[in-house]
Amino acid sequence: MKVTLFATCLVDMFQSNVGKATVELLEHLGCEIDFPTAQVCCGQPSYNSGYVNESKEAMKTMINTFSHADYIVSPSGSCVTMFHEYEHIFKDDPIWGPKAKDLASKSYELTQFIVDVLKIEDVGARFKGKVTYHTSCHMTRLLGVKKAPMILLSNVKDLEFTELPGKEQCCGFGGTFSVKMAQISEQMVDEKVAHVEETGADYLIGADAGCLMNIGGRIERNLKPIKVLHIAEVLNSR
Amino acid sequence: MSMKISTSDFKERVDKGIHDSFMRGAVVGAQERMGTRRLDATNELGNWEEWRKHGEEIRKHVLEHLDYYLKELSDNVSKRGGHVFFAQTAEQANEYIRGVIKEKNAKKVVKAKSMVTEEIHLNQCLEEAGCEVIETDLGEYILQVDDHDPPSHIVVPALHKNKEQIRDVFTEKLNYQKTEKPEELAWHARDMLRQEYLTADVGITGCNFAVAETGSISLVTNEGNADLVTSLPKTQITVMGMERLVPTFEEMEVLVSLLTRSAVGQKLTSYITVLTGPSEELDVDGPEDFHLVIVDNGRSSILGGEFQSILQCIRCAACINVCPVYRHVGGHSYGSIYSGPIGAVLSPLLGGYDDYKELPYASTLCGACTEVCPVKIPLHELLHKHRQTIVEKEGKAPISEKLAMKAFGLGAASPSLYNLGSKFAPTAMLPFTSGDKISKGVGPLKAWTEIREFPAPNKERFRDWFKNRDKGGDQS
Repeated sequence: MKVTLFATCLVDMFQSNVGKATVELLEHLGCEIDFPTAQVCCGQPSYNSGYVNESKEAMKTMINTFSHADYIVSPSGSCVTMFHEYEHIFKDDPIWGPKAKDLASKSYELTQFIVDVLKIEDVGARFKGKVTYHTSCHMTRLLGVKKAPMILLSNVKDLEFTELPGKEQCCGFGGTFSVKMAQISEQMVDEKVAHVEETGADYLIGADAGCLMNIGGRIERNLKPIKVLHIAEVLNSR
Repeated sequence: MSMKISTSDFKERVDKGIHDSFMRGAVVGAQERMGTRRLDATNELGNWEEWRKHGEEIRKHVLEHLDYYLKELSDNVSKRGGHVFFAQTAEQANEYIRGVIKEKNAKKVVKAKSMVTEEIHLNQCLEEAGCEVIETDLGEYILQVDDHDPPSHIVVPALHKNKEQIRDVFTEKLNYQKTEKPEELAWHARDMLRQEYLTADVGITGCNFAVAETGSISLVTNEGNADLVTSLPKTQITVMGMERLVPTFEEMEVLVSLLTRSAVGQKLTSYITVLTGPSEELDVDGPEDFHLVIVDNGRSSILGGEFQSILQCIRCAACINVCPVYRHVGGHSYGSIYSGPIGAVLSPLLGGYDDYKELPYASTLCGACTEVCPVKIPLHELLHKHRQTIVEKEGKAPISEKLAMKAFGLGAASPSLYNLGSKFAPTAMLPFTSGDKISKGVGPLKAWTEIREFPAPNKERFRDWFKNRDKGGDQS
């Protein structure tokens, strides 16, 4: 099966390990990976800040870049949610509306794709360690992907799972919110880190680069002995 | 506008909220308790999503036909001998109510909880006219006794206070001499209030839902105070937001169930009171005179526009009880009697962007509010719509941000610009980089790195790795 990878700008620039793990994992599951190099950013940072018109060109670039794809897969629930949002943004546009709808209909978050499309629940991974999992807001509430990551993690050998208290509470990232409302964001991420510590887990796992950068950055600053990993990295461990 | 509760600016208010450890402890505890109770009460129905959909349909239908139902309500109240007054502004509403008070030569008013009267600052207006006003909802009473501390939550107005603080307020102001036990505090308030009901000239209430078909108003409480307010004084004045009505009792039943389950996690509250007009010949109690004041105060300008769905709100505060921002800053940080997500959407609409332009940004757009709203208001989308309005229509965004976003938009739209920018990012960021992280960023990264590390850009971007790997290569 040919899969067109939407790596996301954060992964491309800051977390290339996540991109590599995603490619290796999907290849291991029998997919052929296509990476169109014209892909940029989905436009979410400016769009969410209210700059809708300024963001539209970036969205159109993405729509064109991925028009040839059968399946678009991304290791970020929030960015896939944004691809789905295009449909609403261009709904009154006779040219871009149908294209945006087509893009949304074939865009999947990584774990959602593995469970719902590939119909695989055990990727054959082995990961030794005590882990907890943060459910990212856009992925769970807006994209509606709640079970897939749990199913996949539950089948990873040697992995000891412990539930994160308040797991559905936002980590305080929110894109530009993290700098615009820095003081509030700090309180939110501190509560999240405290919850992670409460679990006694050695690893915090998530499926969204933005949230992980936020929580991970705070953990690192406060020198907490907790490692932060993207779910693709865990599922790619053997 | 009158819903304002503070003169300090947003940053100061947030700072004060974050440093108020008593308040934060109370809010976190309340969110946990109410969250669990709400979940239990909604799961119990088994088909909550259908209930929500039904609630949304009812509210949408009413808003689409608001003129029709308002006329029906008004006609039916009049038929039963009540007086109806449509107030376009807060001032008009207050003036009318003051007129009734004067006409009755009233000296004392007892009030049941009402957000719309908070919105129009009715108490202040009546007190200035020389009338004594007593709040009878326990939470509101506590705040009133505490030198008119403003409410921080639309259902639980004194949420920000813990029982020790309430004991201190009672001790100082009401000669209270017992402990901080909630039962003892409540008994004391009950004793104090009983006398007030018996001697009040006028009772003022809000209105959860008015029923157009019968001209009735309904009040939902757990304390029964609204029943005393509406049965003892000779005159009753009910104040309602112009959107708070339903066609018939059938729709009221649905909405009351959505309200009580969402607000307090109860199937029903202890009292659900429905009143229709003044008392009639055979009634043993109830007011001789009934006035219904229907308040617009900016609502009709929301109607028909892109924010119309906010008028679906039934004031249950479920959105407030799950909001992660409210959790840390508390209700007073919003600077408006309407706090949390509902307040962040409604306050700029009713009170204007000058006072409330920061509120739509005080959200991560996490969607927790939208997920719990019993009438399916897309709250996070409305917050985003506000941002768009502030940027594109109001032009109120800072210039530096506008430039940054324009540049971002250009970069993100152009593969070649993005490619160039991301390729040279590690070099450009080198002066700020130590090892694999940036600890002291500048520009937009400054606020980020004040509390967290930021990752240094990868020297080998993902795209470079993909291109260079043995198998695969660039297949686009």
